Amino acid sequence: MPKLTVDGIEVEVPAGATVLQACEAAGKEIPRFCYHERLSIAGNCRMCLVEVKPGPPKPQASCALPAADKQEIFTTTPMVKKAREGVMEFLLINHPLDCPICDQGGECDLQDQSLAYGRGHSRFHENKRAVTEKYMGPIVKTIMTRCIQCTRCVRFAEEVAGVEEIGAIGRGENMQITTYLEHAATSELSGNVVDLCPVGALTSKPYAFEARPWELTKTPAIDVMDAVGTNIRLDSRGRQVLRALPRLNDDVNEEWASDKTRHAVDGLVRRRLDRPYLRVDGKLQPVRWDEAFAAIAARLNGAGADEVAGLAGDLAEVESVFALKALLAAYGSALHECRVDGADYDVSRPAAYRFNVTIAGVESAKAILLVGTNPRWEAPLVNTRIRKAVKKGAKVYAIGPRVDLTYPVEWLGEDIAVLQNLPDALTGAKGEDAGIAMIVGMGALQLPGAYAAARLAAIEIGASCSLLHTAAGRVGALELGFATEGGVAAIEAQAAKLRALFLLGVDERDLSPFAETFKIYIGTHGDVGASVADVILPGASYAEKPATWVNMEGRVQRAERAVFPPGDAREDWTILRALSAMLGKTLPFDDLMGLRNAIASAYPLVADVGLAEPEAAARVRAAKRVSGAIVYPIDDFYLTNPIARSSPTMQRCSAEILHGQPAEMLEAAE
Amino acid sequence: MLEDKDRIFTNVYGFQDWGVEGAIQRGDWDDTKALLDLGPAAIIQTIKDSGLRGRGGAGFPTGMKWSFMPQEPKPGRPNFLVINADESEPGSCKDREILRHDPHKLIEGALVAGFAMRARAAYIYIRGEFIAEAKNLMAAVQQAYDKGFIGKNACKSGYDFDVFVHRGAGAYICGEETAMLESLEGKKGQPRLKPPFPAGAGLYGCPTTVNNVESIAVAPTILRRGAAWFTQFGRDNNKGTKLFQISGHVNTPCVVEEAMSIPFRELIERHAGGIRGGWDNLLAVIPGGSSVPLVPAAQIMDAPMDFDGLKDLKSGLGTAAVIVMDKSTDIVRAISRISYFYKHESCGQCTPCREGCGWMWRMMERLREGNAAVGEIDLLEEVTRQVEGHTICALGDAAAWPIQGLIRHFRPELERRIADKQGGADYAVAAE
Repeated sequence: MPKLTVDGIEVEVPAGATVLQACEAAGKEIPRFCYHERLSIAGNCRMCLVEVKPGPPKPQASCALPAADKQEIFTTTPMVKKAREGVMEFLLINHPLDCPICDQGGECDLQDQSLAYGRGHSRFHENKRAVTEKYMGPIVKTIMTRCIQCTRCVRFAEEVAGVEEIGAIGRGENMQITTYLEHAATSELSGNVVDLCPVGALTSKPYAFEARPWELTKTPAIDVMDAVGTNIRLDSRGRQVLRALPRLNDDVNEEWASDKTRHAVDGLVRRRLDRPYLRVDGKLQPVRWDEAFAAIAARLNGAGADEVAGLAGDLAEVESVFALKALLAAYGSALHECRVDGADYDVSRPAAYRFNVTIAGVESAKAILLVGTNPRWEAPLVNTRIRKAVKKGAKVYAIGPRVDLTYPVEWLGEDIAVLQNLPDALTGAKGEDAGIAMIVGMGALQLPGAYAAARLAAIEIGASCSLLHTAAGRVGALELGFATEGGVAAIEAQAAKLRALFLLGVDERDLSPFAETFKIYIGTHGDVGASVADVILPGASYAEKPATWVNMEGRVQRAERAVFPPGDAREDWTILRALSAMLGKTLPFDDLMGLRNAIASAYPLVADVGLAEPEAAARVRAAKRVSGAIVYPIDDFYLTNPIARSSPTMQRCSAEILHGQPAEMLEAAE
Repeated sequence: MLEDKDRIFTNVYGFQDWGVEGAIQRGDWDDTKALLDLGPAAIIQTIKDSGLRGRGGAGFPTGMKWSFMPQEPKPGRPNFLVINADESEPGSCKDREILRHDPHKLIEGALVAGFAMRARAAYIYIRGEFIAEAKNLMAAVQQAYDKGFIGKNACKSGYDFDVFVHRGAGAYICGEETAMLESLEGKKGQPRLKPPFPAGAGLYGCPTTVNNVESIAVAPTILRRGAAWFTQFGRDNNKGTKLFQISGHVNTPCVVEEAMSIPFRELIERHAGGIRGGWDNLLAVIPGGSSVPLVPAAQIMDAPMDFDGLKDLKSGLGTAAVIVMDKSTDIVRAISRISYFYKHESCGQCTPCREGCGWMWRMMERLREGNAAVGEIDLLEEVTRQVEGHTICALGDAAAWPIQGLIRHFRPELERRIADKQGGADYAVAAE
């Protein structure tokens, strides 16, 4: 624990800390461009220079200098001031200073720091350097003349995203950042380089020229594109969400967000259901709310317990699932299910279906066994954690079709049967010390018996067993017990008896078994569910309601409302509450507070924000021989839910990055 | 004057066979086992006693550098010796002569130095443009392997030692020691941050020492003839003999081995046939390769050519690449050309050098024609100070120093050109 002084303030920092960290501990602001907490140290911008005693009689880069005992650091001396002014001047001489037309304006490190640490004028009379444009794909817009060569993007791509596709070519003042052969970076995390870029060289392409940061209303929210529960900030202006940015949460997303999280928001204003519809003579007709409700009431009048059922889709939040469950319960029905992907697993206790190892905990695993999951697509931010574990020395084994996960993987086979015949490397390392994390994906759990086999295999190798969910609403619905023995198939078997089936945003399932059933769809987009519904009740998307989300770990998080739903659309639970009154089964809550209190008293696990420790999972019965080829649940990363499917940006990413359509062709098509 | 019997590099002009037979005749590989039998500690002590300072330019004591290496390499983390043969400094051409005419001196030195540092292997990083030199060096390495001088049980000493030759791709910056390590590892040649220093974590993260060709090549001779022999040449703290490379406006430019601290006048008279047009025609000298500041004629004429003597003149010995310029030289253009070189060779990693080198060169180009304001001379000076000492490696310093030297000694010339061009009008005022 070195003790040192910064401008006379004594601080003690952990061993291995840098001088920059020591300065921050002392409450001193050190300007920087290339340094970033989550990336390796480059030390190339030279903005963080400080004076160090003892040391050479020149300023030192504090980001790269280890803090040592009895060091004296000076951050305000004339030498430091002059050094900062000098570096700032160098950074600006070839910078275009086109702030008025730059999207980074207002949130630009270069602007802020030149104001604070630069000189007031330029002494540069030569011509400025210009850099040719680079193509970096549909997400990242480049104006490379603005680049200050901090190489944050290069280091992010290499270290965090695991794709060595961004780099610097040329040298000296001709050094340029580019992608490999100027293709789009094949990373689902490429949008993060926009946040990392301290200047306006890399900006968001879909958001280009949309707004200035000071015009935006910033709302803390939770992402629903996967089950990670990425903490995001929705920036909106008027009634439209213009962009999504990650918020800092070391337990969940650190400070990253996947491209889908960031850029699916333009799907929120397209293909929206903004009024109720009723199918009349086989054709959906726009109706008023009371007409839609009346149609439902007529259908459900006197319905019995077996005659009404409900399914909750991937994007259903805790509140609406609770409301639907309460409405079904009013009829005495327990026919409700949220595992609409058909995966079969124990739902009796949370530990049986949660991601028990926790997202941050993945990092400290010594070995990781992936069973039927492609985390790179199913949860990109879990994949970055696995990558971190690999960097620390963990070995990754996987059962499933080979995919590029950005780190070395020992592939054990494509058939789930391998689970009952694991290699010695895994079975040999028994006990708590083994530190093996088994991550079971929904791809594996489609196969009968796979869950029990996985749980037993986990016990055999002394591993923790974690389920990697793909749907943001799934664990929340499971915590509310929104599941039925036998899964959706059990409800499908009853289809003929059903008078009505509630679909809470069910768009990822083939609903043909319910072809003859009266279907009430509550959702946001004109997608699969709406196309087959008999009544459509327009709901609110994740940006349009205050909601409780439970991520794959069981972590309870709350989002606020960023914008209002379009047209006549309403928050889902209020729709159910209003409908319940029409049906004569009035639900016992009138406002959000009342609803949340009801949830809290019924389900303490989702009462409070945070991660509650669940009791251990029930034992599993001995597994039969299992076999069957694993198919991953996601076949197109960019188009996994109605919002993403409606998003032009996601469509374009899918076409260009996954289906190899050249960018020029896509541009011509537009 | 250095007598022939005291010369280390006896085939510097290539009059004899460069191969292993010629080298043996000249005394190389003569009972190298006996040198190794001295033991690592004794070898390092002898080099320390000899006062040998690194010949690559910085002049760090070689023996001390060797002593920084871990005494007991950990398993799986061997020590490495990297020999810097990426001689690219404008004016320098000494390593080239060693590589093509006396490569066995280097290879033997690599073995001795590597043994002293418990190095597993030596990597010789040779400049990409040195094609004939690389050919000779590679052939010489093969000859040494064939003779059993290196490889398994090198010189029957029981020590296993390999020598690898790696050809660069033509970047000046790869002569910087950590950039060289990056390049050897197959990465873009960009200097690393220090600390950690190479002796702690160098090539592939293993302890590494990077030495100049000449520093390594002189080691076996020092060990054979003793530290006392080496210290009889040169002033205190500047001992030994040195290859001087005299180029420019002298009558007979040459590479010559001389005792350190030889006065400039004697060096030129004896070996370079005097200044072209006589001593009165001497304008300035860049005494240590392009990166050190120039010294005007009056100051250099009787100065001792060694590290400390030239430091006193606010210049440096560098690689002892003496660039002589007579009064026909356009001194501003000469320095501007050097600025262009550094602008071209900056790796682009860190800000002051990347941006500053181009700016300095552009200002130099304008000053060359006098197309500037007088105030810009001060601006240029200030820009060099903003670059100097603010960069990761010394290339920023190297780019700044020649300009500082020019402004220090030839400011009147710069002002004259501005006055001639502008007819005395202030450039900035005229622009408005």
